[in-house]
Amino acid sequence: MKLWRDEFSIEAAHERYVARRQFGKFLVLTSFGMFVGNFWILARSYFRRDEVFSRSLIARASDIPKGGVKLFAYPGPQDPCILFHTHSDRYVAYSQKCTHLSCAVIPAADGQRIECPCHHGFFSIEDGRVLQGPPPRPLPRIVLDQRGDELWAVGVDLGSGAEPPAETKA
Amino acid sequence: MSEPRPVSRGLTAIDGAISLIAILLVVQMWLLTATLEAFLAGHYEVAGPGALISAVLFAASFALYRFIEAVDRAGVDRPKT
Ligand code: FES
Repeated sequence: MKLWRDEFSIEAAHERYVARRQFGKFLVLTSFGMFVGNFWILARSYFRRDEVFSRSLIARASDIPKGGVKLFAYPGPQDPCILFHTHSDRYVAYSQKCTHLSCAVIPAADGQRIECPCHHGFFSIEDGRVLQGPPPRPLPRIVLDQRGDELWAVGVDLGSGAEPPAETKA
Repeated sequence: MSEPRPVSRGLTAIDGAISLIAILLVVQMWLLTATLEAFLAGHYEVAGPGALISAVLFAASFALYRFIEAVDRAGVDRPKT
């Protein structure tokens, strides 16, 4: 009898307490997970804020005809970007990762917009803002610096306005 | 077999506390997604307040859980009648 009581130490009348307590514990652990997530964002922000971008030669302006594009990687080799020579004769460059689910964006058929073929998101080719579709944010802009015929990438503007506009006249 | 315990009041308190924790958790989930969205958009200045408020919400949830444990313990320790 005693053995039985030892093995089933929770009385029937207390079961409701236990179930609720366990559920409460689960909720609090989830809450801790949320806090860890927020803290992780804080840590990433701390390092991102002081991020220094290198200068990188990405193309020669004369190599890209009007309406042409060139792919390159910036700031790291795993960060695909796309450079446009627009019909308004400007050079603009953006990250090639769509801000929705990171598909690679491409020039739209009309030559005026940037298209994400995954879910038909469209961005303005002039400033990277969202024109249509599910992307929640503009495309990150690559800040360009033109020295003669050389086009240099010098920074990334995520759209917060912290960096100068990523455009340069041809 | 039959234990006439005054459990209903304790259970009501526990249910209330769990509901409050659930509400705080929903707020925390919203806060995390909003902070992440701002972070990805390059608004790093919101990360600090976001983490602070999240910590406060977690502390409140934990305090409520301790309350549940206290009520639970009181129910268990109650002398059998
Ligand atoms: S991944 Fe680009 S629109 Fe969905």
